[in-house]
Amino acid sequence: MQSESVIVPDHTWLAEVGKSSGENASDCYQCLKCSSGCPVTFAMDYLPHQIIHMIRMGLKDEVLKSSSIWLCTSCETCTTRCPNNIDIAKIMDAMRMTSIKSGLKVGEKRVPIFHNTFLSSIKSKGKVYELGMIGKYTLKSGDAVSKLKSGSLFDEAKLGWQMFKKGKLKLFPKKIKGRKEIKRLFKKTGEEA
Amino acid sequence: MKVSYYPGCSLHSTALEYDESTQEVCQILDIDLNELNDWNCCGASSAHSTDEILAIELPLRNLVTAEEAGMDLVVPCAACFQRLKVAEKHIIEEKEPAIETSYQGKVPVKHLLDFFSEEENLKVIKEKVKKPLSGLKAVCYYGCLIVRPPEITDAIDHENPQAMDELLTLLGAETYPWSYKTDCCGGGLLLSRTDIIIQLSGKLLQMAEESGANCIVTACPVCQVNLDTRQAEISKNLGKEVHFPVFYFTELLGLALGSEEVGQWLERHIADPSDLLKSKNLL
Repeated sequence: MQSESVIVPDHTWLAEVGKSSGENASDCYQCLKCSSGCPVTFAMDYLPHQIIHMIRMGLKDEVLKSSSIWLCTSCETCTTRCPNNIDIAKIMDAMRMTSIKSGLKVGEKRVPIFHNTFLSSIKSKGKVYELGMIGKYTLKSGDAVSKLKSGSLFDEAKLGWQMFKKGKLKLFPKKIKGRKEIKRLFKKTGEEA
Repeated sequence: MKVSYYPGCSLHSTALEYDESTQEVCQILDIDLNELNDWNCCGASSAHSTDEILAIELPLRNLVTAEEAGMDLVVPCAACFQRLKVAEKHIIEEKEPAIETSYQGKVPVKHLLDFFSEEENLKVIKEKVKKPLSGLKAVCYYGCLIVRPPEITDAIDHENPQAMDELLTLLGAETYPWSYKTDCCGGGLLLSRTDIIIQLSGKLLQMAEESGANCIVTACPVCQVNLDTRQAEISKNLGKEVHFPVFYFTELLGLALGSEEVGQWLERHIADPSDLLKSKNLL
C-alpha cells in the first residue's frame, strides 16, 4: 500500500460501490474475519479487509487494478462469516464488473479471459464445450507460450489426453435447441462475450 | 418417486462417472430421474463475475422449465445448485435488479446429497444395502457451494455439515473428523491459476491423509476434478508421492447397493481407487 503518501479519504466512490453491489462497505469495523478465513490470501496483493477499507478511502484505481478481486474464488466464506452481514463476495463481483468497464489494466488478466471464453461457449451453444473452451483460453491467454517455456504444457496435454481417453472430454460440442433464447439473454444484458 | 434432474455441463464431460453413478443409484432406489428438457448452463462463476443480470437469467431459464415440469428439482453439481438457489431467491424475495419472469418458486431445488438424505430415501437405502463399506475410512468433503452462504443454500450446519457423514455411516463406512469439510479447493481457477489449485487441493489431500482416512468423498464435480486430476503436480510440488482416492458419494452408494457398474465409473478416475477397494474386499 502507499505507506509514504498521505491518503485523503474520498467517499464518493463508496456510494457508487453501494449502488453497484447493493452492499454497504462502511458497515465494516475491520475485524479481519474475512481475511482470516479467505483461502486465497497467500496469492493476493491486498487482503479482503484491505479491499473493503480501500473502497471506503476512495482508492478506486488501486482496487480495480488489484489481483485480489480476480483471485477471489467466490467460496463465500467471508460473506458467511462477516459479523456485519456485508456480502463481501458480492462486492468482489461488483469490483470485477467495474474493473472490466473501467478500461484500467487488469491485475490478473488470465481470469477475465477465462470468464470470457467460458461465456462465449454458453452464448453460442447454451452449454460449456470444454475442449473448445480450453483450446481457445490457452491461445487467448498466452498460456500456450508461457506453459511451453515452463514445460508444464506437456503435463497439461498429457492430463488432457488421459481425460479424453477416459471419456471425460468430448471431441464435439453439444448444443441446446433454445440457442436463440440464450442469445437474447446475452443481448438483453449487454454482455458481449 | 419422480423428480426433475439438472445434471449441468460437468456431469456430461469431466464428471461423467458422477452422472453414471447417480443414474444407476436412482434406478436401484426406484427414483425416476427426468432430465430437464433442453437445459442450459447455469453460467457458474463466469456469469456472476461479469454480469449480474446474466447471472440470474441463465439459471432462471432452467427454473422456469422445472416449474413447468412440476417435480422437485434435484441437482448433483454444487456450483449449479448454488446458482439455481441464488436465482430462486432473487425472484421469490424480489431482489434488485427486478427481473421479469413467470417463475413463482413452486418447485423445491435440492442438492442430490440432501435429496438422498431425506428420511424416506435413507430408509430405502438402508433396506437395500448389499455390501457394507467396512474398511473404508472416509473424510467427507462438502466444499463451498452446497453450504454457503446459508441464506441462499438453506444449509442446516454450514460450518460442520453432517449429511454425507451420516449417509456413509449408514453404508457401513467409517467417517473421520477433520477441519477441512468446507474449505475451498480453488474451484474455477482450474485453468487460469492452476498454481492456486495445486496449493489448495494439495493441502486438502495432505490433511485428509494426516487425519488417518484412506479416501476423500465429494459431492461436487469441480472439487473432485481438482482433487483427483492434479495429484501428479501436487506430488511434484510437495516433493513426495501423493496417491489418494477421491470418490463421488454416489459411487460409494452404488458400491454399497451392489451395482455391477462400479468398475466402469472408477476407470474414469485419474488416481485409481481400485487397489484400496480390492484390499478391503469391496471390489
